[in-house]
Amino acid sequence: MIEVKDLHKAFGDHEVLKGINAKVAEQEVVCVIGPSGSGKSTFLRCLNLLEPITSGNVTIVGYDLTDPKTNINIIRTEVGMVFQHFNLFPHMTTLENVTLGPMKIKKLNKQNARAEALSLLEKVGLADKADVYPESLSGGQKQRVAIARALAMNPKVMLFDEPTSALDPELVGDVLEVMKALAKEGMTMVVVTHEMGFAREVGNRVIFMDEGIVMEENTPEEIFSNPQNPRTQAFLSKVL
Amino acid sequence: MDFGQWFVPFGEVAPLILKGFWITIEVTIVGLFFGFILGAIAGLARLSRNKIIYSIATVYVEVVRGTPILLQIFFVYFGLAALLNITFGALTAAFIALAFNSGAYIAEIVRGAVFSIEKGQMEAGRSIGLTHTQAMRYVIWPQAIKRMIPPLGNQFIISLKDSSLFSVIALGEIVYKGQQYIATTYNYGQTYITIAVAYLIITIPLSLILRQIERRLDVS
Repeated sequence: MIEVKDLHKAFGDHEVLKGINAKVAEQEVVCVIGPSGSGKSTFLRCLNLLEPITSGNVTIVGYDLTDPKTNINIIRTEVGMVFQHFNLFPHMTTLENVTLGPMKIKKLNKQNARAEALSLLEKVGLADKADVYPESLSGGQKQRVAIARALAMNPKVMLFDEPTSALDPELVGDVLEVMKALAKEGMTMVVVTHEMGFAREVGNRVIFMDEGIVMEENTPEEIFSNPQNPRTQAFLSKVL
Repeated sequence: MDFGQWFVPFGEVAPLILKGFWITIEVTIVGLFFGFILGAIAGLARLSRNKIIYSIATVYVEVVRGTPILLQIFFVYFGLAALLNITFGALTAAFIALAFNSGAYIAEIVRGAVFSIEKGQMEAGRSIGLTHTQAMRYVIWPQAIKRMIPPLGNQFIISLKDSSLFSVIALGEIVYKGQQYIATTYNYGQTYITIAVAYLIITIPLSLILRQIERRLDVS
């Protein structure tokens, strides 16, 4: 579903990704962990070209991202993204946030878009908030709306960029529950996270990144109980 | 001093200034109307990734913002006539000068408002598959336009006051009318007070309204 080959990303002279290789299979949940500044968010953002790729190859849902003929807008409808800071559209109600993409891109009419959006909001437990504006939602609710907004395009892959890092601790659980349910349904997911519990419980595979490269990659059981790389050991001893 | 006598000039000058008042309003509204169109175009151009379009707009904005409005008025009224043999009446010249002047400032208001929208908004729009144009239209602009309202109101007040400078090209606005009265009566004091009141009648309510709008925008 995703294949990354020797991905490099530099901001000016500063090289953030120094040759990433990774594969994500269909229905797999891959969690990317690592210290801040390790490049894990940049890596994720390269997967839907929110960051232009400096060199290397990325294939996602059957498209070659580095091919100039690729229409990125089509790929993005098939690759959902959830941001650390939610990035809900503040001038739209919850429902309008979710229906914008389906109406403007998939050209769904209002009734159909609305019906689908309501069922998605139900799924994330916020059907009763359909007509309120984001400002009156808690952080956890905002993030669940953001997930519904991404799901509204029926993506084949979901990318999560530290989805719970900006949340108060007591709100993290609700968001993780929604993500867990999504994983159970068979959604392919790449999750950059600091939630080791989630990575252990839901992840099929964990990628540990540091200094712009993949330091170690394994099943959660192996990574967490028997890390091989000294960097991984050092990192995990600090966060666990 | 006879206290009653002191008020007489107010009665004499007020009707003159009222005539000027309507000219001032007309110049401000018409000038700003075209200034807004010009400013929207120049503001968009300043956001453009096309280097030529961007440069033209930048030169326009910098020239206008870097020179005194008095000079711009002289240039439109006398300069163009001397250089290109293009002549305007005082009113037309005032419309043009104010439109060009306010347009540059409005361009920066437009650009600033668009820039002030968090980067994440564009990213979120693009991430669901909107094109750049769609994301601008449905996500960025509706938020940016809201943020333009207070500075545009402010620009209205500034342009209104700047229109007093059109007295130098004999446009019969508030200040010019007042000076005409002074020329025949030498009554500086009461005339200037009346002029000040005429401006304040518009500017004070306007700034109160603006403060209300700002407060409401702050909440949402």
